[in-house]
Amino acid sequence: MSAHADTHAHDDHGHHHKETFVTKYIFSQDHKMIAKQYLVTGTIMGVIGVIMSLLFRMQIAWPEQPNVIFEALLGKWAPEGVMDADIYLALVTIHGTIMVFFVLTAGLSGTFSNLLIPLQIGARDMASGFLNMVSYWLFFLSSVVMVISLFVSAGPAAAGWTIYPPLSALPMAQGGSGTGMTLWLVSMAIFIASSLLGSLNYIVTVLNLRTKGMSMTRLPLTIWAFFITAVIGVISFPVLLSAALLLIMDRSFGTSFFLSDIFIQGEVLHYQGGSPVLFEHLFWFLGHPEVYIVILPAMGLVSEIMATNSRKPIFGYRAMIASILAIAFLSTIVWGHHMFVSGMNPFLGSVFTFTTLLIAIPSAVKAFNWITTIWKGNLQMNPAMLFSIGFVSTFITGGLTGIILGDSALDINVHDTYFVVAHFHLVMGISALYGMFAGIYHWYPRMYGRMLNKNLGYIHFWVTAVCAYGVFFPMHFIGMAGLPRRYYTNSNFPLFDDVSNVNVIITIFALIGGAVQIVYLYNFFVSIYYGKKTVQNPWRSTTLEWTAPIKHIHGNWEGEIPHVYRWSYDYSKPGHDEDFVPQNVPLKEGEEELQH
Amino acid sequence: MTALLTIIVLVFILIAIWQMVKIFDLAQAKSGGDEIPGVATDKDNSLNGYLMMGFLAFIYVITIVSCVKWGDLPLLSNSASEHGPTIDNLMIISLVIIFFVQTVTQFLLHYFAFKYKGEKGKQALFFADNNKLEAIWTIIPVIVLAGLIIYGLNTWINIMGVDESDDPIVIELYAQQFNWKARYAGADNTLGKANVRLIDIDRANILGLDEADPNAQDDIITTELHLPKGRPVLFKMRSQDVLHSAYMPHFRAQMNCVPGMITQFGFTPTKTTAEMRATQQMKDKVANINEIRVENSKELIAKGEEALERYEFDYVLICNKICGKSHYNMQMKIVVEEEEEFNAWLKEQKEFKNSLIN
Ligand code: HEM
Ligand SMILES: [Cu+2]
Ligand SMILES: [Cu+2]
Repeated sequence: MSAHADTHAHDDHGHHHKETFVTKYIFSQDHKMIAKQYLVTGTIMGVIGVIMSLLFRMQIAWPEQPNVIFEALLGKWAPEGVMDADIYLALVTIHGTIMVFFVLTAGLSGTFSNLLIPLQIGARDMASGFLNMVSYWLFFLSSVVMVISLFVSAGPAAAGWTIYPPLSALPMAQGGSGTGMTLWLVSMAIFIASSLLGSLNYIVTVLNLRTKGMSMTRLPLTIWAFFITAVIGVISFPVLLSAALLLIMDRSFGTSFFLSDIFIQGEVLHYQGGSPVLFEHLFWFLGHPEVYIVILPAMGLVSEIMATNSRKPIFGYRAMIASILAIAFLSTIVWGHHMFVSGMNPFLGSVFTFTTLLIAIPSAVKAFNWITTIWKGNLQMNPAMLFSIGFVSTFITGGLTGIILGDSALDINVHDTYFVVAHFHLVMGISALYGMFAGIYHWYPRMYGRMLNKNLGYIHFWVTAVCAYGVFFPMHFIGMAGLPRRYYTNSNFPLFDDVSNVNVIITIFALIGGAVQIVYLYNFFVSIYYGKKTVQNPWRSTTLEWTAPIKHIHGNWEGEIPHVYRWSYDYSKPGHDEDFVPQNVPLKEGEEELQH
Repeated sequence: MTALLTIIVLVFILIAIWQMVKIFDLAQAKSGGDEIPGVATDKDNSLNGYLMMGFLAFIYVITIVSCVKWGDLPLLSNSASEHGPTIDNLMIISLVIIFFVQTVTQFLLHYFAFKYKGEKGKQALFFADNNKLEAIWTIIPVIVLAGLIIYGLNTWINIMGVDESDDPIVIELYAQQFNWKARYAGADNTLGKANVRLIDIDRANILGLDEADPNAQDDIITTELHLPKGRPVLFKMRSQDVLHSAYMPHFRAQMNCVPGMITQFGFTPTKTTAEMRATQQMKDKVANINEIRVENSKELIAKGEEALERYEFDYVLICNKICGKSHYNMQMKIVVEEEEEFNAWLKEQKEFKNSLIN
C-alpha cells in the first residue's frame, strides 16, 4: 500500500533546515503555519464582508437617509451621507463574493484542510509544501486585488456575485463593469489557481501519505469531507475559470461568446451569436458545487466535533461517507435549478427539479445521523459543540426551503426574491460559518497552544444564534411577498410598504449580530498571547493530531509517526477504562474493531 | 472626527470585554475553577443545556409570531391567473411539510442537547450503526420527495407548455435599462419581425421593428400592459441591453428577458384590476399600507416635504434580474380588464405604421 510509503524519507525532515523569520512566518511551507495564514487572511476578509452587509442593510432599513457612517466609510459614494444606488449593488456584490469565496472557501477549507489533513492522517506535511505555499500566496494576492478593486474610480464590480453578462461585460451598462470588473475577474482567476493548487495537494496527500494502518475506512470524517471537497473543486473550478476567461475575451477582445444583439446608450454593439444563458450554465456548473465546497468541510468538522463532545461514535459512519459521495456526485448535475426562468428549455427544468430534490435525500440522512449521534450521549457543551448543534439547526431550517426553490413550478414566483436570500444564508452562509467557528474553537489549542476563553465563546454563540434567526427567518416572509433582492430601496413600490418594518427589524438583528463578532475577534486575537495554556488533549479526542507535541515542530511528530489500529470514533467503547480510545492505541486482546 | 469617535467607542468595547473576562475568571476561581482551562464543566453543560431548550422555544416563538404578524404578506392565495392556484396549493403543501419536519427535527435536536447534557461519570451509549434506522430515514424522504416531484413536475409542465390551440393573444414584453414596453400583435395576432439592429431613434422605431414586414405594420407599442380577463396570453420577452426578468408576482409568472434571444411565458388572467381591488384580502392590505403611508407622511411633512400619495392597488410588472443602477425602479403598470374595455383601449393606441416619424 502507498499509505506509508514515504514515512521513511520524511522521518528526519524536521531537523535539517534552519528557519529564518521569513521562512517560518511568511514564506512558510509548513502546513500548520499556512493554515494559520489562511485563517487570519480569511478573518480579515470576513470583517470586510460583514461590514459591507451591515452597510447595505442599513440602507434597506432606512432608505436614502443620510448616515454619518456612510459618509465616513463610503466617501464620494455617499454624497451628503446618502448611499448611492451604484455602490449599494457593489457592496452586495463584493459582500457575496468575499463571503462565498474568500471566507468560506479559502478561509474555511484552506485553514482546516491544511491544518488537519497531515495531522489527522499521520503525515509529516502536505505532499508538496512548496505548492502549498504558492497556493496560499496566490490566495493572498487575489485578496489584495479584490480589496484594491474597491477603490477604483468608477466603482467596484456591481453585477452581483454571479456577474451575469451582458451587465458585467459592458462598462456602459454599469460603472462597476469597467476597471472594477476587470479586477474582479483577475482576482477570481488568481483565486481559482490558488484553489486548484490547494485541492490537488489535498487529494494527493490524502491518497498517498496516510500513516501505517490508516485505511480509508479509518479516516475521520473531516478528512473524507476535505478530500471530496477537493475533488469537487478540481472538477468545477476550471469551468468557472474558463467562463471568466471567455468573459474577459468578450470584454476586451471583441469576441461574442456571451453577447448578441445589443443596443445600449444609443448605439448598436457589434456582438452577434453569443448567449448569456451559456454563461449562466458555465457559472452555475461551478456555482452550485461551490455551495457544497463551502458546506462539506463544515459538515466534516461538525461530525468530528459532535462525536468528540457527545463522547459517542458518530452515528452511521459509512452512511455519512456514502452521503458525502452522493452529495458530491449529485452536486454536479443540479446546477440548472438556478436557471428555471432563464429561458432554457422547460424540459431541462424538469430534469433539474428531479436531480435537485434527489439531493435532499443524502442531506436528510446526514441531519438524522447527527441528531442520533447526540442521542444518549454525554454532551460536553464546549463552544465548539454549541456551534455544531447550531450548524445542524440552521442547516435544517435553511435546507428545508430548498424543496421549494428546487421545485421549478414554485421557483417561478420566489426566484430572485428575499426568499432565496433567506434560504442560502441559512443553509450555506450561516451553517458554514458555524462550522468554521466550531472548528476554530475546537482546534484553536492545536493551532496556538492556548485555549480560547469559553465564556466569551458562549456569549458569542448565543447572541449570534439568536441574531441569525432574527435576520434570516423574517426574510422568508418578505420574499414570499414578492420582494426582489438586489433592490437599493423599495420605496418606489408602495405595494411593498408593508414590508418596511420587517426590514427594520432584520437590520437591527444584523447590527447586533455583527457587533457581537467583536467579542469573538477579541477572544481570538488576545488569546494568541494571553490565553490559558492548553493541555495535550483538552477535548479527550481520539484523533492523531492530539498526539503531536503542543509546540509546533516541523514534521509534526518527533521520532516515528504514530501507527493507527482503529477507526477514529472509539468513544465510550465498552471494555475500556477511559471514555475514548485514541487511534494509535492497539486493539486489546480479543477486542473487535467495529465496521471494517 | 467620526473616525476618532469610532476608535474611542471600539476601545471602550474592548476594555469592557476585557473586564468581563476578568469577572468570569474570578467567578470561576471562586467556584473551585476548571479542571482543564477552557473546557466545559458540568455547570457549563447544564447551563447550556437549558439554554438549548430556551433556544428551541425561541425558534417556535419567532415562527409563531412571524406567522401571526406577517402571515398575510406571502402570496399564497388571491392569485390572479388560471395556473396561480395550482402553484399556491403546491406551495402550501410544501410549507406544511416543511413546518412539520422543522418542528419535529428542531425539537429532537435541542431536546437531546438538553436531555443528554454531560455529567461527570455518566456513560454515553456506544451506538455506532443501525441499518434499519438508516433505511427508515432514507425511505421516508424518498416517498415524500417522490410525491412532491410528481406534483411539481406536473404543475410545471402545465404552466410552461403553451397550447397554441387556445388561440392566445401574443404580446411582446420589451425590456431596456430601466423601463418596459409592451408590443401587441394587432389584428393579425402575429408580431412583426424585429431586431435591435433596426432601431432607429430618429424615426421613433424604438423597438427595432422591421419596417418592411407586413406583420409589423399593425403592431402596437405601449408603456402600460393591458390584458383582457379570461383570454390566454402568450408573452414573448426581449431585452435590448442586459438581462432583465419580467416578474408579475400576482399572476405567479416570471421569465428572464435575454438579449439576443426570445423567451416566453403564458398565462390566463382571471381577475380584473377592479375585482382584485374588491377582494377583502386586498382591501385589508391596501388599508394597512395606507396607514403606514400616513404615518410616514407625518415625518415628511415635519421635514417640510410633500406627503405621500394614497396608494391604490395595481398589478405590476417588476424587473427581477439585477440590471444596473436603477434596477430597483424598473416597473410597468398592468391593467386587467374585461375584453370589451381591453379592445376599446387597444383601439385608441397608435399602430406602428402610424407612429413612425418620417
Ligand atoms: C452578518 C451577516 C450577514 C448579513 C446581515 C447578510 C445579509 C445579506 C443580504 C441582505 C443580502 C441580499 C442583498 C440584496 O440582495 O439586496 C446578502 C447577499 C449575499 N450574501 Fe450575505 N449576509 C451575511 C452573511 C453572509 C455569509 C456568511 C455569506 C456566506 C455565504 C453570505 C453570502 C451572501 C451572498 C452570496 C449574497 C448574494 C450577493 C449577490 O446578490 O450578488 N452572506 N447578504
Ligand atoms: Cu444550486
Ligand atoms: Cu431590469
